[in-house]
Amino acid sequence: MPARDIAIIGYAQTPSQRDAIQSEVQLLVGTITDAVTMAGIERREIGFTCAGSCDYLTGGPFAFVSNLEAAGSWPPISESHVEADGAFALYEAWMRLQEGDIDIALAFGSGKSSPSNPAEVWAQQLDPYYLAPLGADPVSLAAIQARALLDAGRATERDFAEVVARSRAQAASNPNAQLSGAVDVDALLAAPYHTAPLRRHDLPPISDGAAAVIMARGDKARELCSRPAWIRGMDHRIDPHQPGVRDITTARSATTAAKKAGYDGGPLDVAEVCATFSPQEIILREALGLPEGTQINPSGGPLAGNPVMAVGLVRVIEAAARIIGGSADRALAHATAGPLLQQNLVCLMEGE
Amino acid sequence: MTERCAVIGIGQTHFKKRRDDVSMPGLLREAIDRALEDAELSIGDIDAVVIGKAPDAFEGVVMPEIFLADAVGATGKPLLRVHTAGSVGGSTFIVGAHHVITGIHDRVLAVSWEKQSEGNAQWGLAGGRSGGIGAGGAFAPWIRAYIEESGAPEYIGWMVAVKDRRNAAKNTYAHLKMPDITLETVKESPMLWDPLRFHESCPSSDGACAVVLTNQAGARRSSKPAAWIDALSVRSELGQFPGRNPVRPQAGVECAHDVYRQAGITDPRREIDMAELYVPFSWYEPMWLEGHDIAGPGEGWKMVDSGETDIGGAFPVNPSGGVLSTNAIGASGMVRFAEAAMQIRGTAGEHQIDGVRTSLAQAYGGAAQYFAMGIFRSS
Repeated sequence: MPARDIAIIGYAQTPSQRDAIQSEVQLLVGTITDAVTMAGIERREIGFTCAGSCDYLTGGPFAFVSNLEAAGSWPPISESHVEADGAFALYEAWMRLQEGDIDIALAFGSGKSSPSNPAEVWAQQLDPYYLAPLGADPVSLAAIQARALLDAGRATERDFAEVVARSRAQAASNPNAQLSGAVDVDALLAAPYHTAPLRRHDLPPISDGAAAVIMARGDKARELCSRPAWIRGMDHRIDPHQPGVRDITTARSATTAAKKAGYDGGPLDVAEVCATFSPQEIILREALGLPEGTQINPSGGPLAGNPVMAVGLVRVIEAAARIIGGSADRALAHATAGPLLQQNLVCLMEGE
Repeated sequence: MTERCAVIGIGQTHFKKRRDDVSMPGLLREAIDRALEDAELSIGDIDAVVIGKAPDAFEGVVMPEIFLADAVGATGKPLLRVHTAGSVGGSTFIVGAHHVITGIHDRVLAVSWEKQSEGNAQWGLAGGRSGGIGAGGAFAPWIRAYIEESGAPEYIGWMVAVKDRRNAAKNTYAHLKMPDITLETVKESPMLWDPLRFHESCPSSDGACAVVLTNQAGARRSSKPAAWIDALSVRSELGQFPGRNPVRPQAGVECAHDVYRQAGITDPRREIDMAELYVPFSWYEPMWLEGHDIAGPGEGWKMVDSGETDIGGAFPVNPSGGVLSTNAIGASGMVRFAEAAMQIRGTAGEHQIDGVRTSLAQAYGGAAQYFAMGIFRSS
């Protein structure tokens, strides 16, 4: 069995911004520095670093290479990179810590969506033989998913709007949110469709941003943090790619990942889920088995700020922050990748 | 508690300039099926899949593992994508091994690939912009610096090229097989990036490499010999800053010392029986022999000159033909690890070295700034 005594002891994130002036490296420099400061460590104490980013967002190869500058890679560091959200970098670093030869690891994720057109970039993630030629973009696919949910009688357009209204209201207390404030559900429903049955507010904003997390093992975590967010389990799973061969009104791999991460359906204080489109929160609530009374996306979630490649790691940070801050004892964080919740990661955390 | 990790299955595609006969999923499946057959397992026995490749710009698909999930047998399982530039195949192998060493999973499939004919690698390397100098253009100045510092004769590079292309002729899966190549052939080939001539440069290949990794219990169930992992390490450093030594990057030195320490090796040249080093341009063979402290300063080229790195030599390097003969970039690092493990298992066929008990695998990437290394043993 893998070691279970690994905890989050430091974190930082940039605000989600529509068009950040800083480069991706610049976004990361301050973020990693802040996470290291919060953890109360020296950089040289970090035994392993893992980064998450996406070449295509920058329109070039090896985008992550320049991010090494922010990771402080001189003298040389033990480091790896995933072409994925920072939450998957967190998974690799968490795994690496379990080997027991190092005590502290850093994971970070970063991305700038503003320089490109996300609808064009992410259409290139689809099967190049059968799907990409159709030119389907994430919003069109999400609209198909929303329609399937409506047709199955599992949600109404009002339910979608209620997710958005709650997200915006909860984001009011999140200084990093891009969209926040009180909105009226009826006013939302009066807005025209963007891509039916989705309205503009059902879509995430386009965001730039970065996030970083410091983890430590056992006594080191206790020494550095008065109330670490202990990672009780973490797992990720992937579903078949073709939307036509899976039930897009659910996310089977999210269900599996939650079980494998050790989530038993018991009480949760907080769940931060990567519902990039409002109907996906309804899908994830069921797929993850979140009980009544769980506070979902107190940060506002991706609908309030969607820094791609960091947004999943931000979910982990928002959940961990509430444990470290003492307002939650048990929290679940979720990240996703691929079209229509194809790949899902779950991180289950608890206080002492 | 950690587990010992072993390689029990290895599969490679036939590498070619264009594999028009298969799609991207078909290419990966070719390597995976061979690895599973070697491991006497089926895809259902695999707990998790780790996949690596170099920039997505090469094939023009964003995070292609997302659509490849079905083809690589990952549905319902964890699938993790690694990308650490040219070292990615080595890094992917190492991340796969961590899944087993930590006890999180029992049987892990690690697969690395590139289908460079889907796009244009030079264009991809340049980020879709014009004026790219190519990898050779980036490395040539450092190679010139090595020649200047070491006083190595010009023909050393040609010797490496002749050795690797002749070795490749013994390797079923290699891309460029030139059994009759001579120093003259290399010398007469066009100059690409001074001092690198055409035959001293790697090709652009399509291909994939897959390995099945397991723990002690899993290795016991296999009827074939396993290659045991005794050391793994990765190191990264910035690609450029004042005072950097790009000829002998510190990350490469530290990565090597880390694997020697883990494996209890104090004299790598004597204690390691063979090595698969990432040599995309001929001169990188002596440069890494020195850069990883296998040879002393200025001694690497003499190992080449004396034939010590030949198949019959005291320290054979790249009996597979190496990256110089086969370079599907994302796969190349994993091929180094797979070939070093094959030498331990005695399954390398015509390019098998007799009596290999300790082997070294190395991959590097970026501006010679990413390193992934491993040491295999027979028990």
